[in-house]
Amino acid sequence: MTWCELYFYRERKATGMLAKRIIPCLDVKDGRVVKGVNFVNLRDAGDPVELAALYDREGADELVFLDISASHEGRATMVEVVRQTAGEIAIPFTVGGGISQVDDMKRILRAGADKIAINTAAITNPDLISDGARRFGSQCIVVAVDAKYNAEWGDWEVFTHGGRKPTGIRAVAWVQEAEARGAGEILLTSMDADGTKDGFDLALTKAVSSQIRIPVIASGGAGKMSDFYDVFTEGQADAALAATIFHYKEIAVPELKADLRARGVEIR
Amino acid sequence: MRIAIVDYGMGNLHSVAKAIERLGYEAAVSGDAAGILEADGILLPGVGAFGDAMEQLAASGLDGVLRQAAGSGTPLLGICLGMQLLFTESEEHGLHEGLGLLPGRAVRFSPEGGLKVPHMGWNRLQFKQPEHPLLAGLDEGHVYFVHSYHVQSEREGDLLAVTDYGQPVTAMVGRGNVFGMQFHPEKSSELGLALLRNFLTLVESGATGQLSKDG
Repeated sequence: MTWCELYFYRERKATGMLAKRIIPCLDVKDGRVVKGVNFVNLRDAGDPVELAALYDREGADELVFLDISASHEGRATMVEVVRQTAGEIAIPFTVGGGISQVDDMKRILRAGADKIAINTAAITNPDLISDGARRFGSQCIVVAVDAKYNAEWGDWEVFTHGGRKPTGIRAVAWVQEAEARGAGEILLTSMDADGTKDGFDLALTKAVSSQIRIPVIASGGAGKMSDFYDVFTEGQADAALAATIFHYKEIAVPELKADLRARGVEIR
Repeated sequence: MRIAIVDYGMGNLHSVAKAIERLGYEAAVSGDAAGILEADGILLPGVGAFGDAMEQLAASGLDGVLRQAAGSGTPLLGICLGMQLLFTESEEHGLHEGLGLLPGRAVRFSPEGGLKVPHMGWNRLQFKQPEHPLLAGLDEGHVYFVHSYHVQSEREGDLLAVTDYGQPVTAMVGRGNVFGMQFHPEKSSELGLALLRNFLTLVESGATGQLSKDG
């Protein structure tokens, strides 16, 4: 047995035979897909329902919709997008953005979403995690964490409000609390890597994955196919999320999955 | 052909109904005896706790209706918790009696070996009876699971497919006209839809066996 084989043997022992997941993320504003380039310039990339159906056909394992609508009307539109999407795709999908109460969760889950992602609201009101988990089951509750390296601490800090507000909370401590409160999964975005296309933040992803037992979705920094291999192996991620590179066809999902499969990663 | 999706207040039926529609069939979400007894095929989905689900079924008398329908030979497919309900009993939050159509018990995943509970994600099916009409023409592949309890079937012969999660886990069962899928076919992309299509074809052909009391 080579070192590499041994690595995969141990990895499989730890995760069963669950396939690593590839997750395109769709940022949706007022019912249309957009993707922020450095969070400032937004470009319209189409109809979310159509794009979701396309990713299902291409072999995406799951989808994340991030609602960045600022208005009440925009949020209401999102519920309709969720309802239509649920009728058009046959893979699980998560909806995040603007969810701050159990009633918001209920509305989105009833419309057909499988999971809810909460970020800022989970920090300001951690009971939301436990309440949601008790009400809908842990498998429905994804805690999204935006983390940035704090050089003074020599550790990662959690930011809220779309990455604008530092919280003074350490990322690893926060995900441990989220797990204890009943989160079913962590969506971990590296603010340092996001938008760089230089690869996922392997150190952050590993630091988080190794400290909790719930699955970790790594996000931010994907630029090439080998970045995904690295985050699944060295980063110990269970799933990897990206937006731009998929939307602009820089990486096609079928080729990415074939590449990972060829390297021995368990892929659907 | 009439397909009834049993509505007993447990979980979202929208995705299952839409999947049936997309396969070119009509499905009626129904919570009343007539709608279920008159159907040519019945889908029993379910998300949540076993005890709550049986309580809901009993409160509306649907437990008896489902036993009657299954006894009369109507093809019945339980999905996720719906599959577990087909069995004798479950250990989820105390021992609860199920519909008793198939012998076996739902037990909690033991956390030994460091495996995460719930078993959530895409796992690979291994066909035990590849010639079975539900599996006909399909290749083994991944389907989407979300569950914390799994079924130990008393009869090896009822297992149509298993998956590996530190141990062999019951993924698909079938005997006569009663079938179950532990995973979510409506969330399992192409393979999931193909499995649903096989069930609908089976309903259409009327070629299922019948569940006999002695098995």
